[in-house]
Amino acid sequence: MTARAATAPPPPPGARPRHPQLNAEGKLTHLLTLEGLPAEAIEGILDAAEPFVSIGEREVKKVPLLRGKTIFNLFFESSTRTRTTFEIAAKRLSADVVNLNIGVSSTSKGETLLDTIDNLCAMNADVFVVRHGQSGAPHLIARHLVATGRHHVHVINAGDGRHAHPSQGLLDLYTIRHYKRDFRALSVVIVGDVLHSRVARSLIHGLTTLGAPDVRVVGPATLLPPFVESLGVRPFHDMRAGLDGCDVVVMLRLQSERMRGALLPSSGEYFKHYGLTAEKLARAKPDAIVMHPGPMNRGVEIDSPVADGERSVILPQVTFGIAVRMAVMSTIAGN
Amino acid sequence: MSASADAALPDAEALLAALAERMAGAVARDAAFVGIYSGGAWLAERLAEMLPGEHPLGFVDVAYYRDDFKRKGLKANTKRTELPFDVEGASIVLVDDVLYTGRSVRAAINELFDFGRPDRVELAVLVDRGGRELPIEATYAGARLAVARDLSIVLARGEGGTLSLGVEPA
Repeated sequence: MTARAATAPPPPPGARPRHPQLNAEGKLTHLLTLEGLPAEAIEGILDAAEPFVSIGEREVKKVPLLRGKTIFNLFFESSTRTRTTFEIAAKRLSADVVNLNIGVSSTSKGETLLDTIDNLCAMNADVFVVRHGQSGAPHLIARHLVATGRHHVHVINAGDGRHAHPSQGLLDLYTIRHYKRDFRALSVVIVGDVLHSRVARSLIHGLTTLGAPDVRVVGPATLLPPFVESLGVRPFHDMRAGLDGCDVVVMLRLQSERMRGALLPSSGEYFKHYGLTAEKLARAKPDAIVMHPGPMNRGVEIDSPVADGERSVILPQVTFGIAVRMAVMSTIAGN
Repeated sequence: MSASADAALPDAEALLAALAERMAGAVARDAAFVGIYSGGAWLAERLAEMLPGEHPLGFVDVAYYRDDFKRKGLKANTKRTELPFDVEGASIVLVDDVLYTGRSVRAAINELFDFGRPDRVELAVLVDRGGRELPIEATYAGARLAVARDLSIVLARGEGGTLSLGVEPA
């Protein structure tokens, strides 16, 4: 197991250790990370998402499930797709959505994170969707809500630092299950900037929990975390070898905004070694699917003919992402 | 489940035949049959075969329209609602296995109207057990039964598609 598991304090004798995302009945009440989440909880959300896909195909794209709930999108970091899909998901459930770009409001006037939360609770918030540059910020909020007895208020982590992006991980899992059905026979390859990627971390935890036997990461040594094997994956530096015979290719965005110092010679050099081209994709199985969490850098991590090709499921990922976020919101708000 | 309670329940296949007989001649020949999952879906399929005319089939899962989300949360194993015909202007017969409080039917009617404005909505049920909490009545019922409040009537479909009724603690 990981070094972290070894250093965690032992649970009191006889006590069943409780995940901070679960309530006293063991039900999911916050979504903070996929790490340590039981397979049944992950599968429950994937199953719940399935009928929500069809809501988006209706003329009236709305059901009254969360009518009267108020959902705050708290984005301390910029995001277009994730914020938009959370907003659409909430609106399709008939919730009221308030978008706050905190980067340019209260905190710039000196308010602390938890004061912001207390103020929004005083406005009768039901759900917080939080994106924050600091790993652990959504955990901090969830702990604060529990400590102040606000058990009816829920937190969804929409990406925290390099730590986790669980709703993205769930939509990736949903997409893989949609096309490939059974995780227990799959080879999944994650290519690129794994070091800075909370998307990769969440997906790896989800895949190993659901029993995918072969998860590989491909990238230059500078962009793979040290001891990445401890997550249960096999590292490759040669992309062709890494893609050999795989069922699913997940391309990651090169996150130049998070990079400090010289991790890469140039984006052209990166494309040559780690950009997904038709020639490199030929090493995967003929029916392998290609995924990307977006936004894509065409010509950097992925070649346009592959991004737009018949094996690309990048746009279905976006559509499924709304249904998965509807499932997350209605599951936690109902527990 | 107690054997004596089962013995007191009528045969579901006989009730279905009685229900079809009541509907024949009264239901429009082009009426769509919309079953409420899961028991109502099985019945809608059977009724579409038994009754004369061309009856488009649809299915609704009322999970997103229920009034008990606050108490029970999201229902597991929710199915897709499928209405593969134009609800606008349609003549629709909602089909359910047991009519009790009327709350599922209320939810189903609300869901139908999110797809369009039907010309007419009727309700066919295998069993009407009374106990209504809303002003909803069946247009066609196979039978009316009195059942203790602490029991639920459950429709089951066996191998080969044979329907049967049972009771469970509510």
